[in-house]
Amino acid sequence: MTAAAATARQPTLEVVDLRTHFFTKAGVVKAVDGVSFSIAPGEVLGLVGESGCGKSMTGFSIIGLIDPPGRIVSGAVRFKGRDLAGLAEEELRTLRGNRISMIFQDPMMTLNPVLRIDTQMIETIQAHRDCSRSVALGLARNGLVQMGISSPERRLRCYPHELSGGMRQRVAIAIAFVNEPDLVIADEPTTALDVTIQAQILHQAQQLCRTKGTAMIWITHDLAVVSSLADRVAVMYAGTLVEQGNARDLIRAPLHPYTKGLLGSVPSANRPGERLTQIPGMTPSLLDPKPGCRFRMRCARAAPECNTSPVISMPVPQREVRCWRPLSADQLV
Amino acid sequence: MSLTDSDAKIDAREPATSLAAVETPFSRFVADYFESRIATGALAVLVLIICLALLAPLLAPQNPYNLAEVDVLDSRLPPASVGMAGYTYWLGTDGAGRDLLSAILYGLRISLLVGVASCLIATVIGAVIGLTAAYAGGRVENLLMRLVDLQLSLPAILIALILIAMLGKGVDKVIIALVTVQWAYYARTVRGTALAELNKEYVEAARCLGFSHTRIVFKQILPNCLPPLIVVATIQAAHAIALEATLSFLGVGLPRTEPSLGLLISNGFEYMLSGKYWISFIPGVVLLITIMAINLVGDQLRDVLNPRLKR
Amino acid sequence: MTAYLLRRLMQTAVVVMVMSVIVFFGVHVIGDPVWLLVNPQMDQRDIEAAVRALGLDRPIWEQYVYFVRGALQGDLGRSFIFGEPALTVIVQRMPATLELAVAALVMAIVIGIPLGLYAGLKPQHALSKIIMAGSIVGFSLPTFWVGLMLIMVFAVMLGWLPSTGRGPTATYFGITSSAFTLEGLRYLFLPALNLALLKISLVIRLTRAGARESLQQDYIKFARAKGLTHGRIVRVHLLKNILIPVVTVLGLEFGNLIAFSVVTETIFAWPGMGKLLIGAIQTLDRPVIVAHLIIIVLLFVVINLVVDVLYTVLDPRVRVARQTA
Repeated sequence: MTAAAATARQPTLEVVDLRTHFFTKAGVVKAVDGVSFSIAPGEVLGLVGESGCGKSMTGFSIIGLIDPPGRIVSGAVRFKGRDLAGLAEEELRTLRGNRISMIFQDPMMTLNPVLRIDTQMIETIQAHRDCSRSVALGLARNGLVQMGISSPERRLRCYPHELSGGMRQRVAIAIAFVNEPDLVIADEPTTALDVTIQAQILHQAQQLCRTKGTAMIWITHDLAVVSSLADRVAVMYAGTLVEQGNARDLIRAPLHPYTKGLLGSVPSANRPGERLTQIPGMTPSLLDPKPGCRFRMRCARAAPECNTSPVISMPVPQREVRCWRPLSADQLV
Repeated sequence: MSLTDSDAKIDAREPATSLAAVETPFSRFVADYFESRIATGALAVLVLIICLALLAPLLAPQNPYNLAEVDVLDSRLPPASVGMAGYTYWLGTDGAGRDLLSAILYGLRISLLVGVASCLIATVIGAVIGLTAAYAGGRVENLLMRLVDLQLSLPAILIALILIAMLGKGVDKVIIALVTVQWAYYARTVRGTALAELNKEYVEAARCLGFSHTRIVFKQILPNCLPPLIVVATIQAAHAIALEATLSFLGVGLPRTEPSLGLLISNGFEYMLSGKYWISFIPGVVLLITIMAINLVGDQLRDVLNPRLKR
Repeated sequence: MTAYLLRRLMQTAVVVMVMSVIVFFGVHVIGDPVWLLVNPQMDQRDIEAAVRALGLDRPIWEQYVYFVRGALQGDLGRSFIFGEPALTVIVQRMPATLELAVAALVMAIVIGIPLGLYAGLKPQHALSKIIMAGSIVGFSLPTFWVGLMLIMVFAVMLGWLPSTGRGPTATYFGITSSAFTLEGLRYLFLPALNLALLKISLVIRLTRAGARESLQQDYIKFARAKGLTHGRIVRVHLLKNILIPVVTVLGLEFGNLIAFSVVTETIFAWPGMGKLLIGAIQTLDRPVIVAHLIIIVLLFVVINLVVDVLYTVLDPRVRVARQTA
């Protein structure tokens, strides 16, 4: 394999056994506790889980925005070969917004309400390259056009509150893509928007990734979103990854009981009149978690062996599961 | 950090753990308050000052307003000097030969009395008006709140000066002036909280149950208005004391027969340029400590009672 | 926007009217100043003539109407003590007071905002704790006592600065002020500092609270995620959001500064409006009292209006709300 080919095959992001803990007065909250995955260039990974499972914290850990009392305790976050977990703040700053960018959930609060759109876009460009304001303005305008925003010149001169929610999120995404990063982390960007706008934005984001070869992590609790958008899916529960694999295969035939439960609880037009399955019980607290599989309290398949923490296995090629008793492809529960 | 560390044989379906010892909101409030050492210290100082002031006649070595006890030949002595009768003036004497320590104790008493009294009266008046405004609503509320806004947009000292000019001097006039300056803060605070409470469901439930208006107001709305009211009251008390001192200093406050700390400081003004600083300085320090203690306590109360601060 | 401004101007006019009524009638309760100005030994006819000349024999309503008529023409009565038009007497002293108030405001901003910002950005640092402690002390210090102490330390003990009075003035751009001369600044420094002390503490606490609250907002986190430098985040994103409440409060406090200058002017013998007012109250110089109050109220509402407009300029969200209102 030639060196060029090797670099081309190098994953954009490799997360190895990441652990991010918060040291609070009440105890240690293990928000992210042993998460590993990798993303290839141009690939879209859907990171799925319910609220509080640690998926947003994973995103923040990657981009280095974990503030005290939290910190990355162990593990590696290799971005194109470089470990970000140990980098100094100034080095991380040069990467953020430039080679790795992030989109947040609520665009009203992420755009500064007293600054104009063009100011907020131009500063992102000028923070990472030496260029004049007019050049930056042109790039900003192009970014808006690519997101399907009409009359971009007028929008640039607007303030955030003068735009609708969907428009603001499009601006936020445009900002994320404007420096042509290698990786974009999107933290539930469409949760606060209408379903129709959601679909449009998903489509546009997908287009951008395809054309620019940008890898993306799309964090969401909504499986429907992920099924149409992602190449691969990783499912998180209580701070750990319980299953990951190819999107279509995973959704069609989940191997982890939690994934199955998650899929069963999504209302779908394909099964009208059927009862929604509920996963009984509540999410365990991430504060000083007890040893063993974290899902065993709510799992119908739990057995005494589940008191030991399960390790990752690959019962099927290209699929990883963290479970002692995974479902098999043709097994009924 | 392995998860498999203590692999005890735990039952797969564990029952939920029971709650820790039950704590009431009040005990929680007390515990939160004493978390700050500074605020605890301030509270201790404040209690001390109040005790000193209340017991002034018993504690003061000399009654500075009893002319028989004052020796004019002892005037303007620096602190810790010994007087004609062999008596040590720990804090020195003022221009008329009065023992400063005693004068300060008496002055403290008056300053606190006037400040606290005006604060309490203003609280009652302001609370009544605020509750009325919130409960009555409509034109009444509008009118009252306009009045409050007008009052609050003018500086306190100006209002006080005009009132004193109109009414004349005297302890009661000063208290009236102080009350007039303060009530609007309470009215606004109480109205705000009362409005928020009125919108809550338990009030509607009470109305459905046929509770009388008075009962709703007193047993349900008022207790919820108390926390912000207490915070505002502490801060306003400090302001009232400072304002009274300022007025007395300017010569339009308390009369000479009831000298507060402000008057003591004013008396010492003329001796300052000749280097006899202690006559103004020491009463000022006492005033400062009092106000600061009240402010610190008020600050901590506000932090502890504020639900919005991330703690 | 203009509709909004017009409405505010009308509201302002109403407030001034109401205040003038309250002030005028309130002051008449003080008592009869006739006996202060007219020699009781005088012949009854002369007394009556004097009373008539001063317009004191008319019923209050008529006096008020005359007053308003005169006021609209710029005549607010004649000072009993100085014998000159009250308006002139006050306006003569206004520059001195304004100078003091402006100097105090400038000090408050220049000292208060940087200190408050530091305390908000690095709350755990020792310097921050000192700053906050200092602000509590500053807040609790009675202004008049601080004035005395300042004189004592800087004028009496150290002899660096003069203790009382106002320095020589110079005129630039049509403004005459003692701040334009070096000697004048020496006289201005202590009284301005005295007046500013409370405001500095206020600004420090406001700025710090604003910084703390803003830092927790998502847009700061987003700005970091965009890779902006720390300096830019503080200067542009944080500062603009903090300045809005600070400017509003300071603007409103400016009126307070002018009112509170009464104390400072008394201590430092500064020849301004405040000292005039105290004297007028003690001598029952009614026209001066009334004129003084009217002018202060006018100043207040004008300041309020200016602050309101400034607020619109600074906070674009408010601009839209006002345009559509």
